[in-house]
Amino acid sequence: MSDSATKPRPQYRNISVGQILKYRLPLAGRLSILHRVSGALLFLLLPVLILPLFAMSMSPSGFQAFAVVAGFPIVKIIFLVLIWAYLHHFCAGIRYLVLDSHHGLDKYSAQKSAGVVFGVSLGLTFVFALKLFGAW
Amino acid sequence: MAMPEKIGAKRLVVGAHYGVGDFMIQRITAIILAVYTLILLVGILMMPGFTYEAWVGLFTFSLGGFPMGQVLGTLAFLSLSWHAWIGVRDIWMDYVKPVGIRLALQVLTILWLVGSFIYFAVIIWGA
Repeated sequence: MSDSATKPRPQYRNISVGQILKYRLPLAGRLSILHRVSGALLFLLLPVLILPLFAMSMSPSGFQAFAVVAGFPIVKIIFLVLIWAYLHHFCAGIRYLVLDSHHGLDKYSAQKSAGVVFGVSLGLTFVFALKLFGAW
Repeated sequence: MAMPEKIGAKRLVVGAHYGVGDFMIQRITAIILAVYTLILLVGILMMPGFTYEAWVGLFTFSLGGFPMGQVLGTLAFLSLSWHAWIGVRDIWMDYVKPVGIRLALQVLTILWLVGSFIYFAVIIWGA
């Protein structure tokens, strides 16, 4: 550590929220941030929404109430946010597993696969939205 | 933040034993959850209709008298809890610097997840 004492080196730590808004991140960077955001969302909503609704749906009388609650538009929108969070986390996670196996690590491939993840997860979310709001 | 204190020749005291082990656990639990997700999706697609019996059967089916649905679900929820613990703990370590607050949040995270696991187990094993 003696060399760092003579010449202070610049340190780069976590950037702040205010800086994130100003930064022009590549697509893979946005994907990464949303991976964390979607994971945190799923973690927080697990005990406050998903588990109680799951518990309710597992009894005969609760199942009827569950069907009614799931019919409210506001609940459908919350479900849709959760569906997006799950799909994004799922697809981006698979991309990370592929990157971990040393595939597609170059700049071009990484940007392209990030685009694919956005396309697939948002596309599937759209399909679920159509199903959820009764397009068929 | 002050420079981490050096113990011995190389070791820096910056936390517990996270590292390669957590990296592997995060990926193994992710694969287990992905497989269970696909099992559930296939089950939903095979559901004859959205009835109570079909819905409960999705999570509590048995194979030759063995409660396969409950066992797979419990293993998946255990994976989810461990996966979420590593992810959320990393969030606290990245953004919450005061040790006391971070410790409190980490303890709350564990209670939140263990409580959820017990609740899930009670539901699915039909208390």
